[in-house]
Amino acid sequence: MLAHLPILQVIVPLMAAPLCLFLNRSKLVWLFALLVSAFTCANSIFLLQQVMSSGTIIYQLGGWDAPWGIEYRIDELNALLLLIISTIGTVVLFAAHTSIQKELAEDRHTLFYSLYLLSITGMFGIVSTGDLFNVFVFLEISSLSAYALIGLGKDRRALWAAYQYLIMGTIGATFILIGIGLLYQMTGTLNMADIASRLVEVNQTRTVFAAFVFLIVGVCLKLALFPLHLWLPNAYAYAPSIVTAFLAATATKVAVYLLIRLSFTIFGIEFSFSSLPLQNIFLVLGLVGIFAASTAAIYKTNVKHIFAYSSIAQVGYMIVGYAIQTTTGLMATLLHLFNHALMKSALFLALGAVVYRIGSAQLSQFQGLGRQMPLTMAAIVVAGLSLIGVPLTVGFVSKWYLLVAAVEVGMWPVAVLVLLGSLLAVLYIWRIVEIAYFKPPLPGREPVQEAPWTFLAPVWALVLANIYFGIDTRLSVQVAQAASQSLFGINP
Amino acid sequence: MFLGLYNYWIVVLLMMIGFYIVIAHGNLIKKLVGLTIFQTSVFIFYISMGNVDSGSAPILAEGVARYSNPLPHVLILTAIVVGIATTALGLALVVRIKESYGSIEEDEIQIQDQLTEDKTSC
Repeated sequence: MLAHLPILQVIVPLMAAPLCLFLNRSKLVWLFALLVSAFTCANSIFLLQQVMSSGTIIYQLGGWDAPWGIEYRIDELNALLLLIISTIGTVVLFAAHTSIQKELAEDRHTLFYSLYLLSITGMFGIVSTGDLFNVFVFLEISSLSAYALIGLGKDRRALWAAYQYLIMGTIGATFILIGIGLLYQMTGTLNMADIASRLVEVNQTRTVFAAFVFLIVGVCLKLALFPLHLWLPNAYAYAPSIVTAFLAATATKVAVYLLIRLSFTIFGIEFSFSSLPLQNIFLVLGLVGIFAASTAAIYKTNVKHIFAYSSIAQVGYMIVGYAIQTTTGLMATLLHLFNHALMKSALFLALGAVVYRIGSAQLSQFQGLGRQMPLTMAAIVVAGLSLIGVPLTVGFVSKWYLLVAAVEVGMWPVAVLVLLGSLLAVLYIWRIVEIAYFKPPLPGREPVQEAPWTFLAPVWALVLANIYFGIDTRLSVQVAQAASQSLFGINP
Repeated sequence: MFLGLYNYWIVVLLMMIGFYIVIAHGNLIKKLVGLTIFQTSVFIFYISMGNVDSGSAPILAEGVARYSNPLPHVLILTAIVVGIATTALGLALVVRIKESYGSIEEDEIQIQDQLTEDKTSC
């Protein structure tokens, strides 16, 4: 049983998804999905412990040896990602029952949970597999269920957003498929470790170069790097609140993981950073993304839009950390993966609570909510501070390491720009605070009640995690450090 | 050299045609058609990649010694299924868009969205 943990992580939610359809009672399905999700959560904690104590876990599917069979390979990076996805997935799901009762028709509840589980399955699959074609298949499983989840939104613009996401997402996935094909053509294998070892001989060929470019562009579409982010804001803004909270915390992270895996493990650091001016490209795009997206966030009137644009900016920080190309830089990226998942899920879940009570995420509707929903608004403020990067919150930790990494290699301008970018975050968080706390309640509206506890419990769990990991950084820093050192080939 | 690799030229051509249709057309169904052509070109790419000179289909038969590489065929079988799922989901979304917007032209949908946006912001 213990030896099979890596595959159970993927198989259990995959099998549970169709089972949801048999249960077909909203509350029952919710409990079932929650149970499954909690299982994956416990499983991933166990996997992380195992990886940290005894190194990479290799699991061969069906007992076939690696280059012929498919293998799952869990190292520190994978384990960290699995932990992020499964915990956020579970915590967000806890609030799902309350939230979707208001936002979805009764007959769609079962479908919602099975899509949710499928989406989680896809992400687990991408993260744990060591086979490149498997990555594509799981990528499509998670993306297709994400398109459908977004399309469930109440507003008709959700459909249009889902359609646009489908077109762009499929183009991205097909690019990845072309890249995989070109790599297979040159190496004759799909196993990541095997490709990496064989690529050394042929990496000066044009085919490998083309494969690299196709894969990078495809992945950047998925992770919403600045000029390729157009699908993201509307998809996040019009999806059901729960879906937004879940996708914002996990979907782009998985794509960032893929970028790291591709450039470090498969193509190797040397090839990835010397064949293309990748460092400059990513530095520029990351920084421009931070500023452009934060500025856009300042001018938006829908709070979901504001935080969606802020997500694009946060992806910018991750990419900057990646582009610095040192262990500290990569560590900052990984820390920000973890920390951003915590803050964005808290923010979007708290927004979900607001939407549950007032039925809208328009900024103008927030008037007076500071007094009427004190706990929810306090959660938004604390998570918002974390987004800005105020000390004692997780946002500070990852930005601190990012600054250290930039200064270490003498990129002073980058460090200054990262700080300036954080100031823009102050502006859009302040707008929300100002309207919620300093404006009188909206005239002619019934006094709004505090959100139900099923919302407050997960929101505050996430907010407290934001503070806890901002003070006690042992776990996150240790794992991120171990992962980034092993990616750079340094044995601790 | 040029003609010898003609299947790859066809792949590139189809890829460009598909991609162009996705970008240039405003009709949602046409966009999906373009997307399908784009994906199909990749299928052909994989299949030509697996071809072995004078090799037969990778099925055991008497008197045949050379086979094409079966792996790309199998992979592409999976990718075709994925492609069908994508197209089906896309078409389903188009049906729902038609129901709620009354149109499947991109520019008309955007005009309607703009109108709702103006209404909610003031």
